[in-house]
Amino acid sequence: MNEWIYIQNAVVPALWKGLVVSIELIVPSAIMGLLLGIVVGTLRVYGSVFLRLLSDGYVVLFRGVPLLVQLFTWYFGLPHIGIFLSPFSASVLGFTLCSAAYHSEYVRGALLSIKRGQIMAAQSLGFSTLDTLRYIVLPQAIRRALPGCGNEIIYLIKYSSLAYMITCIELTGQAKALASQSFKYLEIFLIVGFIYLVLVSIASWLLNKLENALVIPGFELYKS
Amino acid sequence: MVEGSIVTIGVVFGAMFLGLILGVPIAIGQVYGKPFLRKIIAVYVWFFRGIPLLVLLFLFYFGFLPLLGLNLPAFTVASIVLGLISSAYQSQIFRGAILSLPEGQLKAARALGMSDFSAICNIILPQALRLSIPGWSNEYSIILKDSAVTYALGVPEIMARTHFVATRTYEHLILYATAGLLYLILTFAGTKALRILEEKVRIPGYATR
Repeated sequence: MNEWIYIQNAVVPALWKGLVVSIELIVPSAIMGLLLGIVVGTLRVYGSVFLRLLSDGYVVLFRGVPLLVQLFTWYFGLPHIGIFLSPFSASVLGFTLCSAAYHSEYVRGALLSIKRGQIMAAQSLGFSTLDTLRYIVLPQAIRRALPGCGNEIIYLIKYSSLAYMITCIELTGQAKALASQSFKYLEIFLIVGFIYLVLVSIASWLLNKLENALVIPGFELYKS
Repeated sequence: MVEGSIVTIGVVFGAMFLGLILGVPIAIGQVYGKPFLRKIIAVYVWFFRGIPLLVLLFLFYFGFLPLLGLNLPAFTVASIVLGLISSAYQSQIFRGAILSLPEGQLKAARALGMSDFSAICNIILPQALRLSIPGWSNEYSIILKDSAVTYALGVPEIMARTHFVATRTYEHLILYATAGLLYLILTFAGTKALRILEEKVRIPGYATR
């Protein structure tokens, strides 16, 4: 019975606080990462040679280096050049830049899957390059990239636990603090694992809904 | 840091190997198994794909394994946990490869009098494993990067050593950039090696794409 009281009085409030921080980390990172990813992905396909090189380099770098190393660089490295970030903003910066690199890859793939004829047709109808992208190519490409980008958002939910390593106390951080106080590692981390499972399941359900809501009749990806 | 790379490579290889030997039977079970077995596998995959690595590391290192009376060193626990997670991901790679083979092949093998087991081992797997190599090289680069997280348990890999040196010398920026470069090199070397393997094991005249 003692344990039950402990869970009610200590574990639930702490984990709730951690969960709120986790969600505050995940939501802005996911949105900014996706937007930046769309921009970078578009630049990689339609940008000038210089911009293409630049964005390709960005993607290679951020996909090739572990997220943890990136976070440590932002948090411990940037102060050396006079930029001081709080653990929270360093985490959001790290998550955004890293997931944007992955998003851009899905967006690039989707852009390349749009037939060239459509772009030529748009140009022959007098669309400028920017208008062609905005009205013809991107609306289709984003729908095609959505399954991949959804995966990336789910990865982001799980990787948000790494913020704990740069002392941003979110769900995992709260759990670690609780567990080292009470030595109830097994129980507390099982609960936390379950919370992440629920978060991931909710997110994938929502993304599925979104995908279905955006379907253009006649343009379904998978014919069933 | 070079010593750290060796530890990192050790963890990654241990995890890839464990993931492989667990992933193949899991994939076969998920494709050909009975409904009950498939349910169990689905839960297994959902569990290991849905929980963050860091949480699983803590759960196993401080929770499960001591409960079972096992006091394994951090290195072993890191390999096991990464391996279990990887087995869930790898099983999906193999499953995709198995499903991409025409169904008629299995029927043909059965018609020639092969047992289910020998048909899967001799007909399906040799093709499916070859098809899985590209997905496998993705998985390698993911595990390599995830292995940085095992620093949380105190595994003396690249990240741990870098952080250790950085806190003494206060040269964080340069040291982390070097660590990043090391990971880039390891990723590049690994994917290159797998690309060569892919060419080596290709069956002539049997275009995969």
